[in-house]
Amino acid sequence: MLVLVLALDTATAACAVALAELTESDRAPRESTAGAVPGRDEPAAPGVHVWPRGSVVTVDARRHGELLAPSMRTVLDDAGARPSDLAAVVVGAGPGPFTGLRVGMVTAAAFADALEIPVYGVCSLDGIGAATTGAVAVVTDARRREVYWACYDDGVRVGEPAVGRPAEVAAALRDRGVTGVAGPGLALYPAAFAEFTSVAVPASDGGLSAPEAGYPRPELLVGLAGADLLAGRPPHPLVPLYLRRPDATEPHAPKPVRA
Amino acid sequence: MPAQHGPMVTGPVVMGIETSCDETGVALVRDGELLGEALSTSMDQHARYGGVVPEIAARAHVQALVPCVRSALASAGLRAADIGAIAVTAGPGLATALHVGVAAAKAYATALGVPLYGVHHLAGHLAADLVDGEPLPDPLIALIVSGGHTSLLRVGDLARDPIVHLGDTLDDAAGECFDKVARVLGLPYPGGPAVDREAVGHDRTALAFPRPLTGRTDAAYTFSFSGLKTAVARWAEAHPDTTIPPGDVIASFQEAVVDVLTAKAIRACRDHAIDDLLVVGGVAANSRLRELAAQRCADAGIRLRIPARRRCTDNGVMIASLGDLLVRSGAAPSAPDLAAMPGAFLDRAQLGLPEPALHAA
Repeated sequence: MLVLVLALDTATAACAVALAELTESDRAPRESTAGAVPGRDEPAAPGVHVWPRGSVVTVDARRHGELLAPSMRTVLDDAGARPSDLAAVVVGAGPGPFTGLRVGMVTAAAFADALEIPVYGVCSLDGIGAATTGAVAVVTDARRREVYWACYDDGVRVGEPAVGRPAEVAAALRDRGVTGVAGPGLALYPAAFAEFTSVAVPASDGGLSAPEAGYPRPELLVGLAGADLLAGRPPHPLVPLYLRRPDATEPHAPKPVRA
Repeated sequence: MPAQHGPMVTGPVVMGIETSCDETGVALVRDGELLGEALSTSMDQHARYGGVVPEIAARAHVQALVPCVRSALASAGLRAADIGAIAVTAGPGLATALHVGVAAAKAYATALGVPLYGVHHLAGHLAADLVDGEPLPDPLIALIVSGGHTSLLRVGDLARDPIVHLGDTLDDAAGECFDKVARVLGLPYPGGPAVDREAVGHDRTALAFPRPLTGRTDAAYTFSFSGLKTAVARWAEAHPDTTIPPGDVIASFQEAVVDVLTAKAIRACRDHAIDDLLVVGGVAANSRLRELAAQRCADAGIRLRIPARRRCTDNGVMIASLGDLLVRSGAAPSAPDLAAMPGAFLDRAQLGLPEPALHAA
């Protein structure tokens, strides 16, 4: 069985789109030009092999809304695929800054709805963490001097993602025996995470110097949803991981207007 | 039943998406005919804050959007694959909220391979009742009154011609004034319907609140409502033990707003020798505004058009109708990288036109 999947993630400054094929066997699909991920021959999960068919990742935190749909078009066109060829959509459900995150979430939901195919939400941080080995934490920018974070053991997430101040997060990582830190949050708060090894995560093409290196890799997200997808298990409802309540305070009594 | 003569229905099904404030609206229109619609509102979630909280509105849009599309399609007996074009409010409005609708519209357009039309929210209000019957007169004077906008416009061919602003509000919109005064007087949110309700049957001449910018030398079509709000607040503070019934205070305030709105609209019609007035926007649902506008238009020999009350507040029908109008006029689709434009100025119905089309226009 071979299924074509579009993956997208807008939970960080990167607007990321990838097309990938999913197979149960480790035999490369005839049309596939790139190797499976992660690594070249390891399954993403038992019986789940991901064959990248191209990606467009643009690091520009302010233009997700403009870039996402054209990037999806480009990825499909470059692979000679049509939307109707897709079997499913996978989307990074955060955590991430709200406006950008919503662009990806509603785009994935609407795109899948139009094609009457399922949409699977996965944790965006896993798009980085799945490429790591050992006891590693992923940190991304949560704005307001905070980071979103999650811990991984050989690429598998341990516990739920959370949000916190860099110093507090570093203390939590120390308690958990984490040795390395990956993700774009690291460069924002180098002092807070100085005691940890900096873990470099290459971009989809294997490069470490590309601007998109270290950001969530959408084809890794495909692997995370792969087992459910190949088994035909229906997705859970899409729920954005905001991890914060809306900033709103109830009004006080009106101020007097007379001098 | 198809007619024996005349053209068959050939236009595409246009899906309209509206998310500029707290209403998620989706509708399907083809050749001026409404096929299906759905509306979801987050108003109740904002009430305790006394106004729309953008983050709460945006979160609600994300949850409501696809269900609204499905509901609209179901009510029309159509599937997504039947959609032939997408229209979406690209601005103006709350940035967080607009982004959701624009992203969804682009996703549907990309998935279905159909053209996308970004439209101006206020131009959508002008198209609010096209599905109920007659095309819009050309030219016409339009009074747009909502929670965010108060403008007098000269409108020609809505799909093709530039829209001319005769005057706007210098400060608060009329609907904003209703909300703020409602709060001062202890009425619930949203203030517009509450003021309308409480004023019924009360003496609108009990208090003479000011009629801002109606002096001989004031700009004829310009509005200002922030001072009126302050005038009501000052009066209420100065008269804590008043024997005037609260309903009379509210009715008198409401009369000041609708008096100014209708007087300036009638004057714009007279000055421009245009006999058609269109009143749209959320405040056009106000019963006293509708009554006074009808009375003054009748006296002045002006034809008045006000959409049904349910079409005055934000909805998807107005966006689908405007999209349908643009499609039928042969408009070029908007650019595929269409952006949300929270501060979009109203000078034409369509937003996000590709550069060459703009130059050719």
